Amino acid sequence: MRFLFFMRLKINGESAENLRATTIRELLEELQIDSGRVAVEVNLSIIKKVDYNHYTLNDGDSVEIVNFVGGG
Amino acid sequence: MDDRLIISGIEFLSRLWVGTGKYRDFEETRTAIEASGADVVTVAVRRVNITDTKKENLLDYIDPKKYKILPNTAGCYTVEDALRYSRLARESGISDLIKLEVIGDEKTLFPDTLGLLKATEILAKEGFVVLPYTNDDPVMARRLEDAGAAAIMPLGAPIGSGLGIRNPYNIKIILETVKLPVIVDAGVGTASDAAIAMELGCDAVLLNTAIAGAKDPIAMASAMKHAVIAGRLSYRAGRIPRKLYATASSPIEGIL
Repeated sequence: MRFLFFMRLKINGESAENLRATTIRELLEELQIDSGRVAVEVNLSIIKKVDYNHYTLNDGDSVEIVNFVGGG
Repeated sequence: MDDRLIISGIEFLSRLWVGTGKYRDFEETRTAIEASGADVVTVAVRRVNITDTKKENLLDYIDPKKYKILPNTAGCYTVEDALRYSRLARESGISDLIKLEVIGDEKTLFPDTLGLLKATEILAKEGFVVLPYTNDDPVMARRLEDAGAAAIMPLGAPIGSGLGIRNPYNIKIILETVKLPVIVDAGVGTASDAAIAMELGCDAVLLNTAIAGAKDPIAMASAMKHAVIAGRLSYRAGRIPRKLYATASSPIEGIL
């Protein structure tokens, strides 16, 4: 069994405990977020898109996922 | 007549640049931007709503293939924050442009020009096309140019104030001081304000609230489009000097 343990992450300031994802790619898929339009930061470091597949999330990581919104 | 606007090798098709904030909905945003004829739109960098990711996104309405996306660092009060937002914006893979804001005061949203200068220097070295939102201060404009800015974006008046170009003489001096394109950013309230900025010789005008906050944003978008074109043509045509007394337009000769 792969998913015996769920990590506790902080995503955009909110606690998230029941996620199965272990990589950024999986996290975005699980959250149904189009990776083409976002940028991701883990513990204040920006993760490059080419690294989404193999960047492994760790318990307690703080993840920020941002996109573009209306602004002036 | 060749009158193209080129910044850091990027050709811009319009001299009116518009923001995407404060519209009622995305449909209105799209229609207004279309009516404005702008090919540059500013956007803000914010957290994705992870509880409802099915919600529509601005970029569903503003196609990045059709428009140049100019992310801003609005809401950043420190150099560190401005750098963070800029780098995140670039990592989205949609744009290398950055409308750099380092805000110094909540009430006026005037820029913290010392922080702005520092952030400009760092981001320019990282290869960003840095477009700093700054005061109408010619000395700071020169400093920003030296620091590697791609254009200078002085305010006409405080953001969202609609007070127009409060110090046209300083804008004029900035135009004479720097070699970079000068884009008036903020303060425009109505079409004549945009025309005044362009008649001064500015290379473009960037505005948001004047359109989004108008009673009829679509009509105002169209008014702004024409004002910017008229102002630019007027600048290039060369206005007559101001004189105190009249000069008759009809001939004296042949008067009965």
